[in-house]
Amino acid sequence: MQDRMGKDVMTTLVVAGGLIWLLPQLVSTYTLTVLIIYGMLGFSLGLIWGFGGILCFGQAAFFGLGAYTYAIAAINIGESTLPMLIAILVPAIAALLLGAMMFYGRLTDVYLGVITLVVTLILFKFINSTAGPQFVIGTARLGGFNGIPGFQTLNVPGDPDAYIWGDAYYYVCAVMMVLVYLLVSALLRSSFGRIAVGIRENETRMSLMGYDVAARKTILFAIGAAIAGLAGALFANWGEIVTPGLFSLGQSAEIIIWCIVGGLGTRFGPILGAAGLAYLKFALGQQSLIDNTLITGLILVLFVLFLPKGLVPAISSLWKVSFARRSPSRVHQARRMRNRGRANG
Amino acid sequence: MAEVVLETQALTMRFGGVVASDNVNFKLRARELRCLIGPNGAGKSTFFKCVTGLLTPTEGQVFMRGQETTGWMPHQIASLGVGIKTQTPNVMDNLSVFENIWLAARRFHSVDEAKHKAEAVIERLALNSIARSDLGNLAHGERQRVELGLVAVGDPWLVLLDEPAAGMSAEDVERMTEIIHELTKTAAVVIVEHDMQFIRSIAQTVTVFHQGAVLMEDHVDKVMSDETVRNVYLGKKAG
Repeated sequence: MQDRMGKDVMTTLVVAGGLIWLLPQLVSTYTLTVLIIYGMLGFSLGLIWGFGGILCFGQAAFFGLGAYTYAIAAINIGESTLPMLIAILVPAIAALLLGAMMFYGRLTDVYLGVITLVVTLILFKFINSTAGPQFVIGTARLGGFNGIPGFQTLNVPGDPDAYIWGDAYYYVCAVMMVLVYLLVSALLRSSFGRIAVGIRENETRMSLMGYDVAARKTILFAIGAAIAGLAGALFANWGEIVTPGLFSLGQSAEIIIWCIVGGLGTRFGPILGAAGLAYLKFALGQQSLIDNTLITGLILVLFVLFLPKGLVPAISSLWKVSFARRSPSRVHQARRMRNRGRANG
Repeated sequence: MAEVVLETQALTMRFGGVVASDNVNFKLRARELRCLIGPNGAGKSTFFKCVTGLLTPTEGQVFMRGQETTGWMPHQIASLGVGIKTQTPNVMDNLSVFENIWLAARRFHSVDEAKHKAEAVIERLALNSIARSDLGNLAHGERQRVELGLVAVGDPWLVLLDEPAAGMSAEDVERMTEIIHELTKTAAVVIVEHDMQFIRSIAQTVTVFHQGAVLMEDHVDKVMSDETVRNVYLGKKAG
């Protein structure tokens, strides 16, 4: 167990290190930074949906909440360290409250989707209608549909004048992503993570075994929201402006598509799906022949029809099949690996 | 006389105008094996669900080891040390047999202890050969056996089983009977069942349900030869 854990951490570090070094040679760090941020956002939904079975249509709400919280706190405080922490805490607390309401109310499936969707809509409408000067938090005006520009962006902790931007900011985001990935991996290996997967598989059974399903789902939901909030805060720093568009339904729907395309129930799938599709959208945005939402829609349909499990599970099972064929004695092991695959991602 | 571990007083459950469970007074003592029988719609499963917290009774109380548990959530009741198996197999299909049983053991034990406990139960139920297989790939009888493992691994003092023998082969039923007998060494067991063959082979005291109420409660042989019970099962009007 210990051994496997060490191997997993090493693999993560080596692969991540390689990618962080390699990718800037192919794509500009400015674009890469936002791809990583989207990757983290996709990862947050991948955690609660893929491992906890909570389909949240409002992950964008926590993303936007993180971004707005950062912007407002940064204007009021003037240094970025504390605002970053608050931007993680506020979405997490919001999710705790919302989650407790939903899960203790025994809401499931479609009702959960409806409620999270409506919460996102409410936030979107509310933020959009805050253009007037009366909407102020501390010294920060909410700005309605114009958003909030001109806040203090990320600085070296303790030194407000030492801004972190450009290439350096890319590395900060990449390291954050790796850290979050490792933390979530540890969480999934822990009893809490294994129990969460059990709850995804069968809620009734888990509660009949004595687990407080509602409490555990609420906590997992809040962890997902905290990660989305962090992604939001990083996004605010990248864009140097926050706008109500962060809360839009389009954004929420996109996150779900990222997870489906990348592969639910895996750790890397949603990150790959998010970064890949966001890059595609960016590339398609540079031409005017075809509308890029059309392409995104087409990709979703094709995946649901032909690769319903997503990219990463498809690739890994393909790899395992060819791996097993070469040495028949490993067939049994490969089957064991596959069985373990869903739990470990 | 052994301690009363499960008691219901005037338990009533109504769904609109239908009285599914009607004023049921029930008592079960430690290490007792009790079968609940009755034709379809007699209220066995409703009674079972009220006791396990899956339903909240309209009226009446449930006591476990003297503590009132009426209206508790299923996870609170299970936490007391009550093992529950529902009518349809309720297992984690995409997880292995080991992981399923480990999760059940983890509720009451530390990570390492849970591992040992799970291994011991797998050994006991002869599940070694399939311990690494996903539940979704197993046969119905094996899944039922694994679910019994989930119940047994928590060392319960009260076990509630809803139709454990449903859809199983004769060989599986025999094995199931053995496991249940082993459970009764440490726990009181309630079995909801309408497979008379199975009941005859396992039961001592039987409680017969009819139209939501308790029709009679006696030794299995007496119940089987009772005229009223026979009529109820054949769909005639109870005398």
